[in-house]
This record gives sequence, structure tokens and C-alpha cells, in this order.
Amino acid sequence: MAKILVVTSGKGGVGKTTTSAAIGTGLALRGHKTVVVDFDVGLRNLDLIMGCERRVVYDFVNVIQGDATLGQALIKDKRLENLYVLAASQTRDKDALSAEGVGRVMDELRESFEYIICDSPAGIEKGAHLAMYFADEAVVVTNPEVSSVRDSDRMLGLLASKSRRAENGEEPIKEHLLLTRYSPDRVNKGEMLGVEDVEEILAIRLLGVIPESQSVLKASNQGIPVILDEQSDAGQAYSDAVERLLGKETPHRFLDVHKKGFLQRLFGGRE
Amino acid sequence: MSQADLLDPAPVFQLKGSMLAITVLELAYNDLARLDHQLSEKVAQAPNFFQNTPLVLALDKLQPGAQGLDLRALLAICRRHGLRTLAIRASLAEHIAAAQALDLPVLPPSSARERPIAPSTTAATPTPARKPEKPAEPAVRPTRVVSVPVRGGQQIYAPGGDLLVLAPVSAGAELLADGNIHVYAPMRGRALAGIKGNSQARIFCRMLAAELISIAGRYKVAEDLRRDPNWGEAVHIHLAGDVLNITRL
Repeated sequence: MAKILVVTSGKGGVGKTTTSAAIGTGLALRGHKTVVVDFDVGLRNLDLIMGCERRVVYDFVNVIQGDATLGQALIKDKRLENLYVLAASQTRDKDALSAEGVGRVMDELRESFEYIICDSPAGIEKGAHLAMYFADEAVVVTNPEVSSVRDSDRMLGLLASKSRRAENGEEPIKEHLLLTRYSPDRVNKGEMLGVEDVEEILAIRLLGVIPESQSVLKASNQGIPVILDEQSDAGQAYSDAVERLLGKETPHRFLDVHKKGFLQRLFGGRE
Repeated sequence: MSQADLLDPAPVFQLKGSMLAITVLELAYNDLARLDHQLSEKVAQAPNFFQNTPLVLALDKLQPGAQGLDLRALLAICRRHGLRTLAIRASLAEHIAAAQALDLPVLPPSSARERPIAPSTTAATPTPARKPEKPAEPAVRPTRVVSVPVRGGQQIYAPGGDLLVLAPVSAGAELLADGNIHVYAPMRGRALAGIKGNSQARIFCRMLAAELISIAGRYKVAEDLRRDPNWGEAVHIHLAGDVLNITRL
């Protein structure tokens, strides 16, 4: 049974696309046939982060409007056998998406994929609404700061009331909290909200905590999903999150301040 | 039945007081022939009304000087038209004696004002007097119960009654009720109780962290609430005069 998973947040710049790419890649690495769909029509980014921007011919809007078939528009990942990308159109805007068209594409994708990851645009308007409308599960990406938490809270309200599952009175969307750009050091200084604070305010299950890391920016620029960087703490944290998404219980890591060694303190090594 | 059974202390009955709506027939003139005639006209208008309707027969409003009332014949007329006399209401000794002779209970004369009932002419409409065993109760609006988190941007209104929330209420969420509001979780949003002006409405919450609290239009915003020593505590908020009182639970 195919699962539609939306990666959403309300607020922009918190790491939705990075998370979509990482989770999609992580699921494919574990042998699940996965497609990542970019709903950010007009501000196409996912293909860059996934490193397939030079191979985009047809996009999501072409498929919705019947100008191309799904087979023509799906881009197969070069690294992984089970991973596909459906890019957004750069020359259109969100009005090109229709509930009926998106629903048709989702139904078609369900037939051949195990996981369909919907990378939602920021905001709560049409693009974000359609990205979450058909979802079975949601990963709510939140940064540990008050405005991001408030926007995530709003998004959770919409997930509970404006989705297809809510409208049909079915079992509600399963919600997961993913805290990104987390810096234990700054939490200790009181500059950032702690995990417990965010968990308490949003009152949903914590899927994972991704530490603030240089490796994320590096991975984005190179077009390699950060989860493939097994040396980085962010990559490992994403791997843990994917394990938890698949139902495995693993302890949360990277929540405490990394203790600097004597020499590091002496010479002020890079964090 | 043995002696032991009779001594069983478990009560076999209960005495209860109850208010019943009941039809009262007030007799104005001692003229049984006219009564019979006029009653049959009423029955023709609303046959459903006159079907074993319990009745109190009031003789205390009879024109003074009316002599020699035949109570037995009066009861027979009422009975014939579907009115079952439970008791009479009388002040004259003559009437009381007649009732006692017929083993009919006697009620004291009325002091309260009574509302004349016009039996409705449409046969289908039940009149309140038809079911005297059920006193009219005020309609109770069920409490609205919410057990999922109320998120920012959501608004929940309990019209005509209470609102009960069992999950956290986020900042930016709004709870409205004509009655009381209960939140058995952190309350970070807005709570407006008694929005139609019920100043008796109250707000209860497990953890006060609200943006705004209002009862019948009197409100306090977070800036004032934060200064309250009960901020973050389990509280009970009610209106005393014009002042919102916040007390710890």
C-alpha cells in the first residue's frame, strides 16, 4: 500500500526541501521504491538539491495538464535504483495546480511507488494546501524559534481540518515533528528553544532532531542529499529519522553540547 | 412472607415532591346544562385534548350565591367529555363536605395567578397539559467536547453552552462559548466565555498561558495576565462586578 508523505512547515527556509531529499533518499537506500514530488511550482529547488537539474525535460505541471506522461516526466536518480524525482515547473505559478489534476497524478504514482514524498512550498496557500491534501502522513519541519513553531502549529491545524482525510472523516493524518538547525550550544545559552519546549507546544511525536551543520549547505551546493554523507552529524540524524519513520525505535542523538577537547579550546577550533 | 423479610431495612419506596402542569377547570356558574353544552363544543374543536386529561375542578371561583351544586353530576359531565377529576379546589364548607363524601381529595383555594389555556384547535398539536407527568424543563444544550489539540488559526464556538477542551490550545487559537470554558491542558490561545453577555460564565484552565481571557466582554490580555502571580498555574477565572478575578485552583 503506497504511502503519501508530505514535508511541510508553513514557514520558509526551515529545511523542507533538504528534508524531502534526505528522507526520499533514505527510504530508497533501505530498498523502498520512492518518488519525491516538488510542489513548489515557480520556485523549483528540489532538482538542485537532488542533483538532477540538468535532466529535467517535463515537469509536474506538464503531467497535470496532459502534455506529458508520468513516465516521461519522472527523473530517475543516478545513484539509487529505487529513487525518482518529479520536478516542479519553473515557468508557471501555483495556479497551474488543480486538486483534480494533483489527485490524478497521486493515484497514478500510488500504483508504482511505495512512498510518495510531497515537498510542500512555504505558506498555507494553494501549493501548500494541495501538497498536504492527499497525504497519509506529515513531517512538520520546524526550527527551534518561536515564529517557526507558531507557523508549524498553524500547519498542524490545517492538516487536521483541511486534508482529504479530514474532509472524508477518515483516520487523521499521522503527524511527525522534525526539528532542524538545532544547536544545543545556543539552547544552553537561552538563544534557542529546546527540544522539550517545542515538543510541549506542538504536542506531536518527535521524529528527529537535525543539528545545525556545515555539511547541509555543502551537500545542497553539490546536489547530493545530506543523508548520503555518512560522516556528518546531520546525515546520521536524518538516517535515524528515516528509521523511526519506518517504525524502528532509536534513541535521539545530537541533543547535547559537544564537549571540546583541551587543545580545541586552546586554539578555538571550528564548530 | 417471613418476619425476617419484613424487617429488611432497605427502603421499598421514596417520597418525592414534584411540580406538575395540570389543567384546572374553573367553574364560574352553577349551570350544569350549559357546562355540558359548552364542553361538547370544546371537545369538537380539539378532540385530542380531551382524552383522559387529568383535571382539578376549581369551585372557589363560583359566583357567590350559587346554591345546591350537584358535585356528583358535575363529575359525571367532566368524565363524559374525557376529563378525569383528580381533586377539587374549594373554599366553601358545603363543597368540601360533598367532596369528602365522594372520597375526592380537596386542595386549598388558589392564590397564584393561573394562565388560561386555550386548547389548540389543530388536533395534531399536543398541548402541554396532555402529558402532565412530564413538567416542561428548560432545553439543555450539550457541552461541546474537543479532545484534539486546538491549533493556531482555529476557532471553536460552543453556542448556547459550555466548551470543554482536553488537549492543548495553541497561541493564535480562539475558544468561544456562551457558557463556561474548561481547558484541561495548557491554554495558550484566547478564551472568551459568556460572549452573549452571561457574566456568570467562568473559565477554568490547567495552565494559564493565554493571549487573552474574556468573560462577558471584560477582558485581560497576556501583558496583564503575565503579571498575575497565577500565570502558568491551574486557575479559575470569574467576573466579580467589573473585575476579572483569577484564583488558583
